[in-house]
Amino acid sequence: MPMATTSRTEIAGHGARLTDPVRQSMLLTALYLAQERHGYLTPEAIEEVASRLDLPLGHVFSTATFYSLFRTQPSGRFVIQVCDGLSCYLRDGADKVADYIGGKLGIRPGETSADGRVTLERVQCLASCGTAPALRVNDALYENLTPTSLDALLERLGEN
Amino acid sequence: MWQPILTRNIHLPNSEKITTYFDHGGYQSVRKALTLAPDDVIDLVKRARLRGRGGAGFPTGLKWSFVPKGAGVTRYLAVNTDEGEPGTFKDRAIVERDPHQIIEGVIIAAYAIQAQRAFVYIRGEFFLGVKRWIKAIADAYQYGLLGKNILNSGFSLDISVHRGAGAYICGEETAMIESLEGKRGEPRLKPPYPVQAGLWGQPTVVQNVETLVNVPHIVLNGPEWYAAIGTEKSTGPKIFCVSGHVNRPGVYELPLGTPLRTIIDDYAGGVRHGHTIKAVIPGGVSTNLVLPAQLDVPMSFEGLEAIGTQLGTGGIVVMDDTTNMVEVARRTVAFFAHESCGSCVPCRLGGYRLLETLTRFTQHTATADDLQNLQWLVRGINGITFCPLGAGMANPVNALLHHFDGEFRAHMQVN
Ligand SMILES: Cc1cc2nc3c(=O)[nH]c(=O)nc-3n(C[C@H](O)[C@H](O)[C@H](O)COP(=O)(O)O)c2cc1C
Ligand code: SF4
Ligand code: FES
Repeated sequence: MPMATTSRTEIAGHGARLTDPVRQSMLLTALYLAQERHGYLTPEAIEEVASRLDLPLGHVFSTATFYSLFRTQPSGRFVIQVCDGLSCYLRDGADKVADYIGGKLGIRPGETSADGRVTLERVQCLASCGTAPALRVNDALYENLTPTSLDALLERLGEN
Repeated sequence: MWQPILTRNIHLPNSEKITTYFDHGGYQSVRKALTLAPDDVIDLVKRARLRGRGGAGFPTGLKWSFVPKGAGVTRYLAVNTDEGEPGTFKDRAIVERDPHQIIEGVIIAAYAIQAQRAFVYIRGEFFLGVKRWIKAIADAYQYGLLGKNILNSGFSLDISVHRGAGAYICGEETAMIESLEGKRGEPRLKPPYPVQAGLWGQPTVVQNVETLVNVPHIVLNGPEWYAAIGTEKSTGPKIFCVSGHVNRPGVYELPLGTPLRTIIDDYAGGVRHGHTIKAVIPGGVSTNLVLPAQLDVPMSFEGLEAIGTQLGTGGIVVMDDTTNMVEVARRTVAFFAHESCGSCVPCRLGGYRLLETLTRFTQHTATADDLQNLQWLVRGINGITFCPLGAGMANPVNALLHHFDGEFRAHMQVN
């Protein structure tokens, strides 16, 4: 999932140290925690966040759907996010990388592989333009991609 | 040979650790700043003529001097680590490899404006950056550099880290404030500006990461030393990010005013073998193109404005003679159309139509009407959107249409 368990405690701990002026400012953090726990933002998770922060359900739902890193649908165990940015495109990435991975897994961007392992997505610039092409798998960034490094990456995702 | 100032530590082993930062003179500047009056710190930054590095180049000291004073006012500092403009990757380099340099800038800035609370807003995608921020802040607390009564100065400051969740618009200062308040990141109407009414209606200074790391050096070495770097109107060092068709892409810190050609040829290793430059984006994809005849342009705020473009973020994207400019236009618009917050019609709908039309060119199904429509759409978006994102989308298309008209025509339907 997009957030590793280590950061969950770190962020929660950090938030606890400081009293926020307004409780609502913890909404994005709460949504991250809920997404981490359930895999995606289930309707129940959204309801729970709303009641804990004492916010209208509609507010929580419309905020959650505004941000592209929050999911309201289940995804694969690994989410591969291929950068679609200009610099990656100029260095033989973007389309080529997405097509390559999609071809190997037999899926198109937005889809999850038949075994439920991998979801393929295309995302905006990852601020790795100097080491393009780039992609993210869950929390890890992979840069300077080549067909060889992509093969190695896919193999590793298949193993564990 | 230019000796880096802002990036001098980033290649050290364990550069992110507080002990490494101490070993290389870190936190000396905070000690000095805390012995000065807050207004004197603002004065130093004004005399250094530091301008913001997040895109617009607003004078930093002037912004700080606009913050209302007085005991009863709660003031906030918000640190913009949202870096998302394609072609830009400088802030990420600092956050991941020298976070204490930013914290030092944050403490000094907060002291100058008398804020006791700072918020770090960081892109959700920067996972390592989030971890580095949190660890660095925890260590700074440990050494008495944050929290109550910092270094026995009587000044107190708390910082918390807030992750964005994948929305480029949250880099815009008022959208960031909305997001920090736990809402959709939709820009607010200005004025009032955040320095008057920002987070929870209180005066809030929003500052880019690179801007903040300039501050400790100004305080430590003096404004005269600082202002001697760069040009008259663009002082100090700048971190340029070079990507695209060059041999050595990467971050290069140089004085403002360094010619674009020098950055590309001498630092980024020149354009890849056997090719020539077709066009260069000088400051992130929302800035207008620089053409081959203009490559000697000084990379300063005024130098780029003189040729009709902007320094922006300093994200230089080099495109060689093999580049399909119609695809560059489509990809740029695809970015902004995707990232539009959707709250105003010219941007939301205009962006979508622009993308549809450009896609017809890349698929060779466009007609002469489509070429007209592109121009019409650009005019319909430019200048009337709620925030600058709309212009950021329309301007590059306008420039591409102007300079590469033949290429667009060649992409039209053949019949
Ligand atoms: C659409 C849009 C996106 C922006 N994104 C960023 C960003 O990612 N980082 C940043 O520092 N400033 C960004 N800005 C500029 C901020 O609104 C603001 O001017 C800046 O953070 C002020 O800091 P500075 O004076 O230190 O540059 C953006 C502006 C717009 C209009
Ligand atoms: S111009 Fe675009 S991003 Fe800006 S407010 Fe309008 S819809 Fe939102
Ligand atoms: S364009 Fe791919 S990381 Fe910036």
